[in-house]
Amino acid sequence: MKALALKNIHKNFGKTQIIRGIDLSVLSGERIAIIGPNGAGKSTLFNLMSGRFAPTSGEIWLGDQRIDGKQPFEINRLGLSRSFQITNIFPKLSVFENLRCAVLWSLGYKYSFFKFLADLDDANKLAEQYMEKIRLDRKRDVLAMNLTYAEQRALEIGITIAGGAKVILLDEPTAGMSKSETLRFVQLIRQVTEGKTLLTVEHDMGVVFGLADKIAVVVYGEVIAFDTPDAVRSNPKVQEAYLGSAQTH
Amino acid sequence: MIVCLSYNMLLGQGGMLSFGHAVYTGLGAYIAMHTLNAAANGVLPIPVALIPIVGGLGGMFFAFLFGYVTTRKSGTTFAMITLGISELVFAMSLMFSGFFGGEAGISGNRVIGKPFLGITFGPPIQVYYLTAFYTFICVALMYAFTRTPLGRILNAVRDNPERVEFIGYNTQHVRYISFVIAGFFAGTAGGIGALNFEIVTAEVVGAARSGAYLLFTFLGGATFFFGPIIGAILLVLAFVLLSEFTKAWLLYLGLVFLFMVMFAPGGISSLLMMNLRLAAFGRLRNIWVAYLGLAVTALIGLAGIATIVEMVYHLQLNAAMGPEVRFAGFGLQTNSSHSWFGCVFLVVTGFGLFELARRQYLRDWGESQEYIEKEIKRREEAL
Repeated sequence: MKALALKNIHKNFGKTQIIRGIDLSVLSGERIAIIGPNGAGKSTLFNLMSGRFAPTSGEIWLGDQRIDGKQPFEINRLGLSRSFQITNIFPKLSVFENLRCAVLWSLGYKYSFFKFLADLDDANKLAEQYMEKIRLDRKRDVLAMNLTYAEQRALEIGITIAGGAKVILLDEPTAGMSKSETLRFVQLIRQVTEGKTLLTVEHDMGVVFGLADKIAVVVYGEVIAFDTPDAVRSNPKVQEAYLGSAQTH
Repeated sequence: MIVCLSYNMLLGQGGMLSFGHAVYTGLGAYIAMHTLNAAANGVLPIPVALIPIVGGLGGMFFAFLFGYVTTRKSGTTFAMITLGISELVFAMSLMFSGFFGGEAGISGNRVIGKPFLGITFGPPIQVYYLTAFYTFICVALMYAFTRTPLGRILNAVRDNPERVEFIGYNTQHVRYISFVIAGFFAGTAGGIGALNFEIVTAEVVGAARSGAYLLFTFLGGATFFFGPIIGAILLVLAFVLLSEFTKAWLLYLGLVFLFMVMFAPGGISSLLMMNLRLAAFGRLRNIWVAYLGLAVTALIGLAGIATIVEMVYHLQLNAAMGPEVRFAGFGLQTNSSHSWFGCVFLVVTGFGLFELARRQYLRDWGESQEYIEKEIKRREEAL
């Protein structure tokens, strides 16, 4: 079954064409890595899928729902959640509160103000569970802004998955981490996205080949290859456009 | 107090800097007054004790109306729109004298109907109890609000509205609903005010009043729930006591606000909390000498400044009454250079010593903070 499908997506900013006709379909449960040189349009692609921008033309389908042009919160309610390249958490709330906020909508609490948070056993339990999953349970009451960088990145992922979305987009989850942190982090991502459809933008080739079932290579707003890691590695077009130049570094 | 708390619901909890909070208090007060008069004429069978709630519903209604426009945006845009609406309503209040009563305002009499259990709300003490009752209830309700899902999401909107959109919440809705709730409490406060003063004038919806709410909420401290309560107490003290003491009270107020914003943006409550933290780790006694030094030297300097200010004001306003000013028990001659030089001397020595005390204090403070950080680390590792 298709979890996410892009049909002939275009996006222009003014006269500049950023995305120039992308078709992509992702089966549910697949782990996709999107790679490509800087400025190729990877992050823009994520912004289109998550509703931050509306595409100039084309269709985006989440399962059997058309989502292009919808607001971010509508898309989130339909089961697509994303993380951000630049850490995007609630700095003045504690780790626990961050996660609790993230689970509230999916449990149906909406804009409720006739219930006390402390009495919402399901929300509290769920938030605790996610906190253990991302291994921040020892930092429960620490304000998010006082966490280390790696912990903030973990919290970012935690907030992203806590709403229970089936399709998860991670925008450079390991950016700025050391080698050993990255290794541990990939493990963590594997665990917490178990059974979900995962799309991730990534620069670290180790992460890409370790995590992804399939790789989509985006260059100048087009997908030039979309295949298994091995096939992508040996694809001459990819080597020329991307991997080739990367290896000369 | 209720107003400041309801204002803080916007500013502290939701990060919405409103320049028009008096609109909802004021309109609530007008609605309450009209209802009171209608009840007095026997048109509406509403007991006096419930009039504040009517005011609250009035405030809520207008927040519902105007909030739809204002809460669509956040940050600076939000602030500007609230300022616009505040001016709009104030201008309207002078145009539609039927509802607003023009410059004279509208008045009423809170003693209506038969006394219930001997309570007529005639004597001020009975109104005082009613006010205390409402204040208590409203404070409790607003505190409860901070612990509800909506209250927490409002904090999240303050911290990072963009991220809230990506966890399934419409930030405009969150702001809007909170704005309406804050409007209710503001209106309730207005209703109480209407009962207390038995008169409502156009000034209650004015920008100056909105500004005062903003100022004192900030002074008290927007980051803690109880901050605005301190702010509200200061508001009353400043308006009632300080204005009795001196004509220059608005100047002093402005200066205090300026220093607060520059040096303690968390307000009085954050200063309190920081020192409580110090006390909790048993470091307060290491630093109290420095505090004493600060206080004494600051007092000397401030006394000098205050004397100069008083003399200048005297020259401006009461020069006809002769050159003598009585300030803090001293007779001062505005036409003698001795007085002026004395003041300048006070200011210079005061602030010179203050600077020395401040350096010592900063050293002590830094040491204590370091100690606390270490202590926290140690306790964490001990876990």
